[in-house]
Amino acid sequence: MANERIVVVGGGLAGLMTAVRAAELGVSVDLFSIVPVKRSHSVCAQGGINGAVNTKGEGDSTAIHFDDTVYGGDFLADQPPVKAMCDAAPGIINLLDRMGVMFNRTPEGLLDFRRFGGTKFHRTAFAGATTGQQLLYALDEQCRRYEVSGLVRKYEAWEFLGLVRDVDGNCRGITALDWYSMKIESFPASAVMLATGGPGIVFGRSTNSVINTGTAASAAYQDGAHYANGEFIQVHPTSIPGTDKLRLMSESARGEGGRVWVPRTQGDTRDPKSIPEGERWYFLEEKYPAYGNLVPRDIATREIFQVCLQGYGLGGRREVYLDLTHIPRKELDTKLGGILEIYEKFVGDDPREVPMKVFPGMHYSMGGLWVQFGKNESTGALDETSSKNQSTNVPGLFASGEVDFSIHGANRLGANSLVSCLYAGKIGGPAMVRYGRETSSKLPAADGAFTEAKKRWDAEFARLANVSGPENPHVLAQEMGDWMTDNVTVVRENGKLKETETKLQELEERWKNVGLTDRSGYANREISFINQLRNMLVIARVMTRGALMRDESRGAHFKVRDLSKGVTEENALPRDDANFLKTTIAEHSADGPKISYAAVDTSLIEPRARKY
Amino acid sequence: MPSSIRLSVKRQDTPTSSPYWEEYEIPYQPRQNVISVLMEIAKDPKTRAGKATSPVVYDRACLEEVCGSCAMRINGVARMACTALIDSLEQPIRLEPMAKFPVQRDLSVDRQVMFDSLKRIKGWIPIDGTYDLGPGPRMPEPERQQAYEYSKCITCGNCLDVCPQVNGRSNFIGAAPIAQARLFNSHPTGAMNAGERLEALMAEGGVDDCGNAQNCVRACPKSIPLTTAIAEMYRATTRYGIKKLFGT
Repeated sequence: MANERIVVVGGGLAGLMTAVRAAELGVSVDLFSIVPVKRSHSVCAQGGINGAVNTKGEGDSTAIHFDDTVYGGDFLADQPPVKAMCDAAPGIINLLDRMGVMFNRTPEGLLDFRRFGGTKFHRTAFAGATTGQQLLYALDEQCRRYEVSGLVRKYEAWEFLGLVRDVDGNCRGITALDWYSMKIESFPASAVMLATGGPGIVFGRSTNSVINTGTAASAAYQDGAHYANGEFIQVHPTSIPGTDKLRLMSESARGEGGRVWVPRTQGDTRDPKSIPEGERWYFLEEKYPAYGNLVPRDIATREIFQVCLQGYGLGGRREVYLDLTHIPRKELDTKLGGILEIYEKFVGDDPREVPMKVFPGMHYSMGGLWVQFGKNESTGALDETSSKNQSTNVPGLFASGEVDFSIHGANRLGANSLVSCLYAGKIGGPAMVRYGRETSSKLPAADGAFTEAKKRWDAEFARLANVSGPENPHVLAQEMGDWMTDNVTVVRENGKLKETETKLQELEERWKNVGLTDRSGYANREISFINQLRNMLVIARVMTRGALMRDESRGAHFKVRDLSKGVTEENALPRDDANFLKTTIAEHSADGPKISYAAVDTSLIEPRARKY
Repeated sequence: MPSSIRLSVKRQDTPTSSPYWEEYEIPYQPRQNVISVLMEIAKDPKTRAGKATSPVVYDRACLEEVCGSCAMRINGVARMACTALIDSLEQPIRLEPMAKFPVQRDLSVDRQVMFDSLKRIKGWIPIDGTYDLGPGPRMPEPERQQAYEYSKCITCGNCLDVCPQVNGRSNFIGAAPIAQARLFNSHPTGAMNAGERLEALMAEGGVDDCGNAQNCVRACPKSIPLTTAIAEMYRATTRYGIKKLFGT
């Protein structure tokens, strides 16, 4: 078919995989990204990518990977896509290997695998401790091939502003802003993929890149797409606190034998290496003998949090040791070099000699745009040939990667994000192509919609270019981040969530009095940030409302009756399958999010209690 | 301990306008880096003299020195701003855009040439398709470890900025893309079309134009053995050229 053209927004793993898969089918791709795609946030993923290849002869299988993922996610994920992803994972790793990723090898030259959280098997393929970077580069390279052959056209330093929907509500393209000239244009497409990553910056400082504002997802939500499970926010147990961001210290540090501990005596200020074994409290190993330091992230995070609340944090501060000093230097350099360099550069200590000091930090959103999948009704499995895969409730709009809500349920297992991004792109690209072919002759004319969308955004940016109120957008963003981090991360309490809702509404009001300090008409990042900030406030309310209404604890959503009694099981609301084994669906309205609940597809594995 | 942090920034409003310097001063806090200082200034942008100004425009994303965005000249040397810790810098800290790339605005430059160079050297493994063909080729771990060093290149452009051969009068491709050719040529599949990449490096502005100043290897934030790659590619192109000449 002539003139088939899709739009992909976002050039991380999910977006690039989508683009490559569509281009491979001969379809033209317009690829939008606010940064050169090679600088996307996928580069920050460190530890590895899961796939049950069973190289180590441990009896691992894709079925166990499937069970670990569903169980790790506390049964909140629709199961057929999870199963399909786990089945596809070994093939995806092989594909990336063929693309040239320099995965670590066994002495036989085969791919090596390491352990990660939430499983007992060596299931994680890795390239040093910069796996995400290597995977992204491999896809960036394949995409560049298609750029040279003319099928992929890149719009780098362009920001997605909103959807273009026709009179029947179908998504027919996007409106975007050129970050340099500040020109706004609308782009038609037979289908649109949002692969724009997570919303970490809603929390101010997180392990996310500063480009991960969630602005695109929020804009799509305000344009009618549903947002699901927004309250499920993963806080990574081990990050390095910083004034500009929280830097990730990969789970692979524990996968390769790293041990988390604090001195048994509160306020013990001795040099850590001089503290004898018997006077160290390896609290994860003690409490979770089967998984030890490799319990899932939500659990490790809560334990570290509670230990610090009880006064065992290092020097009374919110820090614990992550100790690698018992592992030989050479082995550390080969398997973890990249992350140890980061620690060394930013903290100044050599983690091969001195235990690292870490604390939990906001890391990942399990929630995101609601997407569906094609189901083979006779087998119950995901139908990979369906044009429904990765599609949102808005016809023609698809979502893939962290920005979509699927796969991870209430908590994501380490090293499952890379595989989920790649899998979503792998099935999402062909689904978009199929959708385009199924609908191309049936859709109404949309010329008016494009003119209208451009006009709307031209007017909005012209307005923003003249705002002169007293509020500074960066200060508002910091307040939002502090409130969200304090009240909507590790531990939630209804009173605090209500206060946070009120605060967010106050910030929305103050946003109306925001002022611009940059009056330039060229590369004005501040205008763009003001627009992003409004979108962040909208999505922050979705997260907060979802958390408030979910009166149970499940995975990363841990709700306590009384905040002063600590992060303990006794103080927490229990998991409540009767009322809340359901997907939270948020729909945008002028009065804030409207929440409803949808059944979870648990057709393959019967939900059971989650105990590690 | 200083009571404040002083910063001098070379600003430029548009690609064609003239640059000018502005000075800022903010209260000292420990463990800051250049990025966190620029973030702080954006919350109340005014010069040291108290004049209202606009936030400094610069490129940044990951702040973990892996995205390659925030390269700039800091006290005269091209490096990443995220790992430039304030406590180890002489004040006032001078920030300038890299000089070998066109300035877009302030410290933000256009590094498209680096991505275009990756097209020039055919920097990819030409797989047949994304369908499942089973595992890739085996590779000895020691060779993999060497190749991995090159795969860490973040395309920041520091190696080009410090290279005397990269200038307005030459087409020299620079160290980063040469090292990438080395990476792809050492992959068992990539080696099958090593010749195409070598030919790109033998064309005008290729590996021959290296002047052996060795600034690149010192400027690389990822400690990539760039001069080793250049030497290897120099030998490989010579061998390839001779073979081609004699048709063997």
